[in-house]
Amino acid sequence: MSVLLISEHNNKEVKPFTFNAISAASQINEDVHVLVLGSNSENVVKSISEVPNVKKVIHVDNSMYENYLAENYTSAITKISENYSHIICSANTFGKNLMPRIAALLDVSQVSDITKVISEDTFLRPIYAGNAFATVKSNDRIKCVTIRPTSFDPAPTSGGSAEIETGNPGDETSLSKFIKKEEIKSDRPELGTARVVISGGRGMQSGENFKLITAVADKLNAAIGASRAAVDAGYITNDHQVGQTGKVVVPDLYIAVGISGAIQHLAGMKESKVIVAINKDGEAPIFSVADYGLEADLFDALPKFLEELNKLNTIQK
Amino acid sequence: MKILVAVKRVIDYNVQIRVKEDGSGVVTDNVKMSTNPPDDNAIEEAVKLKEAGKASEVIAVSVGDEKAQETVRKALAVGADRGILVKTEGMIEPLAVSKILFKIVEKEKPDLVFMGKQAIDDDCNQTGQMLAALLHWPQATFASKIEVKDKSLEVTREVDEGLETIEVNTPAIITCDLRLNEPRYASLPNIMKAKKKPIEQINASDLSVDTKPRIEQIKVEEPPKRKAGIKVASVEELVQKLKNEAKVI
Repeated sequence: MSVLLISEHNNKEVKPFTFNAISAASQINEDVHVLVLGSNSENVVKSISEVPNVKKVIHVDNSMYENYLAENYTSAITKISENYSHIICSANTFGKNLMPRIAALLDVSQVSDITKVISEDTFLRPIYAGNAFATVKSNDRIKCVTIRPTSFDPAPTSGGSAEIETGNPGDETSLSKFIKKEEIKSDRPELGTARVVISGGRGMQSGENFKLITAVADKLNAAIGASRAAVDAGYITNDHQVGQTGKVVVPDLYIAVGISGAIQHLAGMKESKVIVAINKDGEAPIFSVADYGLEADLFDALPKFLEELNKLNTIQK
Repeated sequence: MKILVAVKRVIDYNVQIRVKEDGSGVVTDNVKMSTNPPDDNAIEEAVKLKEAGKASEVIAVSVGDEKAQETVRKALAVGADRGILVKTEGMIEPLAVSKILFKIVEKEKPDLVFMGKQAIDDDCNQTGQMLAALLHWPQATFASKIEVKDKSLEVTREVDEGLETIEVNTPAIITCDLRLNEPRYASLPNIMKAKKKPIEQINASDLSVDTKPRIEQIKVEEPPKRKAGIKVASVEELVQKLKNEAKVI
């Protein structure tokens, strides 16, 4: 049996985590079919057909898919589900919103946010904000699985030429309506895929002070993250939140500034390769996960950090 | 307008989780339990709508063991009018919970169902969406702002790229984000008053719902430990270590 992967895109481009999900899907079964539900989404279909891991792209083009609404997406997926052993998508806000709606209609108990494929029916997933890991085996005839994108490398994006098939649209519902999306445009790398992330917490004291973080981020070509406390205090927008209910990041370098390190924040960053903590409270829990801890006032340390970085001849980008 | 709010009893968010030695789960005996944090936001929002005259009744429902009654009682103490406890035994998956809630919705006929966007124990993030699917209702997940209109709601959702606004017809399911509001604390007089509010007890086995787990939990383990790091004395040393030892800059 084959694996059906639900792609995430904006009708022009494939969202990067789709490629991570494709590589997870191909670990389950090599016969990976990707469903593209979109409106004028030919470019998306073309890009996905070039992924060597993909065997077939099913393209359903209809104006009702111009904006992603789970209510409209679901029936197109459940109608073809009987041909598949697995339905997969990434466990970001796209997949978290969509997959349970599919699973319930198929009477399937979903496996959420897996970090490892052990076999085609057995998976590893974090529970309790990553403070425990459960190995679970799904006994449903179709397995609905969402994957934690940062736990799988993205699939290569060129060299393939998958077959493209035109699929049938599902039923259009009038249950919900898209109104608007306030997307924050940035020239920086995306938080979820950046090589370096620098995050600020409550210790930043104001949104204005985040300019200290921005300056270092510019130098290191880093994405900017934040703790929930910083977002709740209005220092920075929600799309920057790292943690159990925000984004999970696994960069090569994570720099936590003025973040105490609540369990919920650690859940989003403790798999990072190298962790740096800058905090004036030497007892802060963030130091227990940091490879390099600097006990210092961030308002002294950050400008000095930038100064030292400026002295270096080369910086990895 | 009648609002049903689903609340779950979980290990308190401040408790350091311990995995049982036999790998069968995590230690829950003698551990502080609380309401799942975003469920507090769900109750708060429903109570606020009632105070604003937009909702007529707020019903809190929990699916769990006998002790989940405390969680329902807490919802009553912050303003829910009455409670329902659906008693279950053992592990129960979100699919089964959504089928149970489906039966409660059939009986109570609410216009809206609120719940937290995710439970912080199993981190599944499924129940609201599943219930919406079973009812063929629209869903607005990860809600950080709710505006009640005539026969619909305008909901701002926290998504990866920023904020998204959608309109959902009622009846609808809303799953609440932590930033939706600031949950109130229960005052002592309200805690006393809540003791007199009714909680209807229902056995899940009487609802003719298949609650048998479909997923086998093979084992639960501790996460791999990070090896202890070092404290550096100065910014200079930090930069030098990152450059020459960790080789990440």
